Amino acid sequence: MMDQAKGQSRARKIKARLFYLACLSAIIISLGALAVLLTDMFIRGFGSLSLSFLTSFPSRFPAKAGIKSAIFGTIWMMSLTALFCIPIGISTAIFLEEYTGNSRLAAFIKINISNLAGVPSIVYGFLGLAVFVRALSFNRSVLSGSLTLALLVMPIVIVSSQEAIRVVPRALREASYALGGTRWQTIRRVVLPSSFPGIVTGVILALSRAIGETAPLIMIGALTFIAFVPDGPFSEFTALPIQIFNWVPRPQAGFHQVAAAGVLVLLGIIFFMNGIASIIRNRFERH
Amino acid sequence: MSKINALSRKSKHGPKRRWGESAIHALLFLLSMVPIITTFGIIYALFAETFLFFQEVSIIKFLTGTVWSPLLVPKQFGILPLVAGTLLVTAGAILIAVPIGLGSAIFLSEYASPRTRRIIKPLIEILAGIPTVVYGYMALLFISPLIQKVFPQANIFNAAAAAIAVGVMTVPMVASLSEDAMSAVPAGLREAAYALGANRAEVATRVVVPAAASGIVASFVLALSRAIGETMIVMLAAGATPRLTANPLESIQTITAYIVQVSLGETPWGSMEYKTIFAAGSVLFIMTMIMNLVATRITRKSRRI
Repeated sequence: MMDQAKGQSRARKIKARLFYLACLSAIIISLGALAVLLTDMFIRGFGSLSLSFLTSFPSRFPAKAGIKSAIFGTIWMMSLTALFCIPIGISTAIFLEEYTGNSRLAAFIKINISNLAGVPSIVYGFLGLAVFVRALSFNRSVLSGSLTLALLVMPIVIVSSQEAIRVVPRALREASYALGGTRWQTIRRVVLPSSFPGIVTGVILALSRAIGETAPLIMIGALTFIAFVPDGPFSEFTALPIQIFNWVPRPQAGFHQVAAAGVLVLLGIIFFMNGIASIIRNRFERH
Repeated sequence: MSKINALSRKSKHGPKRRWGESAIHALLFLLSMVPIITTFGIIYALFAETFLFFQEVSIIKFLTGTVWSPLLVPKQFGILPLVAGTLLVTAGAILIAVPIGLGSAIFLSEYASPRTRRIIKPLIEILAGIPTVVYGYMALLFISPLIQKVFPQANIFNAAAAAIAVGVMTVPMVASLSEDAMSAVPAGLREAAYALGANRAEVATRVVVPAAASGIVASFVLALSRAIGETMIVMLAAGATPRLTANPLESIQTITAYIVQVSLGETPWGSMEYKTIFAAGSVLFIMTMIMNLVATRITRKSRRI
């Protein structure tokens, strides 16, 4: 009897140990994948990172190729995307949290938002193509691209703003109403200031998602070889991820190196943005 | 803008604030319609051209045909090879994302100290923030050469390389959503199991995972939907050969990769090739929508309990 019980408990212990090791290796594989990816990109791309890489136009020769037009394209895209998605996203969040309560309309808007969050990004390319490029005749412009990306990341802005607004204590709102504040005064002077860090974090995360999007931009016809800087919202353009996409499948190893250098720049921007977002989040969570 | 100005000018005659308040209410209402308009815009954009496509190609031939060659002569429009390519990559990705994602989630939720979790969780979220074109680079120029070393018969463009990269990309999604579901399991359930003499692994596998099952399954379904719609990885690494095959070492083509391939070319608006991407896009949209609805259904069911 005793021996049998001991045998069972040893089997249990071994099983538990194996299970622990399996979970541990899962996490090691996840982190290892990240480490391999970053190291590989660094080894391949670091040698091509230079000032002239940042300030040259793309070229047929990898040694001369740079990302000037891609960087300017990306800056244009991100500025316009922010311009469109921030006001609309925050307004929708305010409307849902402060005005509609549990109405049917609010429920319907929320269903639409959660569905949109699950739509593959390439599908937004069809929307951009049919509506912005064709119907509104914005053609293959920065404007078409940034409108498409603004709609793509809109759910992120809305949902994170909603969460930030929701955690504003009720007492703050009531204090404002007690002082005779109207609804909008309460929102503008009480709710928005105290939910500001959460909203900014959400906006930054949304933009850092938009900056790496490639497929919808290819669909609306962002060009891959552009040797000029966009001169306005209606200009044709390229962007950093598109430029990388253009270099990767080429046979020459030189282009793989400049593509990796482009990846390092892109990841640098994204990590910087995410870093700022998490600093804001941590600083304000403590208070 | 002019509307608001007009309203506020009028307001001199009435109670000033009320007019401004209702103008703002109206403006917020209008802007909140954007998500609804976007949804219907997407459906309209996809289905209008798809409808025109089905004027020329029979829907039955489209859904059951086994040859997809709209860019060649004779043109054939059987979507099955693209669907098969998509499912092959998706299946491979899920085989990677589910065990690694779930294992990571269990480690974070049941084994890691709060401090370890605070360090590891953001690192895994970094994986989620990396653009897919970077994963595509890795798939084609890092994973695929490795696969060729092990299986010399493998094509440089192959489904396996793409599947591995898509799998790694979806790991953070499975890990973080499953971990959320597991941390929501009441501590009392765990303590009861410990009190009965269960060890950590038993608590994890027999109490926590079953209690969080709906959230975990929902994370799998969302990862599935994400894998189906993934574009840049498969475009770069899986190839451009629509083919009905289950061999992951061959070059295939997915629905998304076909759409990008046609978009890159100079396809005239309104041509048959142009319409095919909308038909393919509709199939993709419906597949991912079904997955998302299933995931919402599963999570909603669990909330009711």
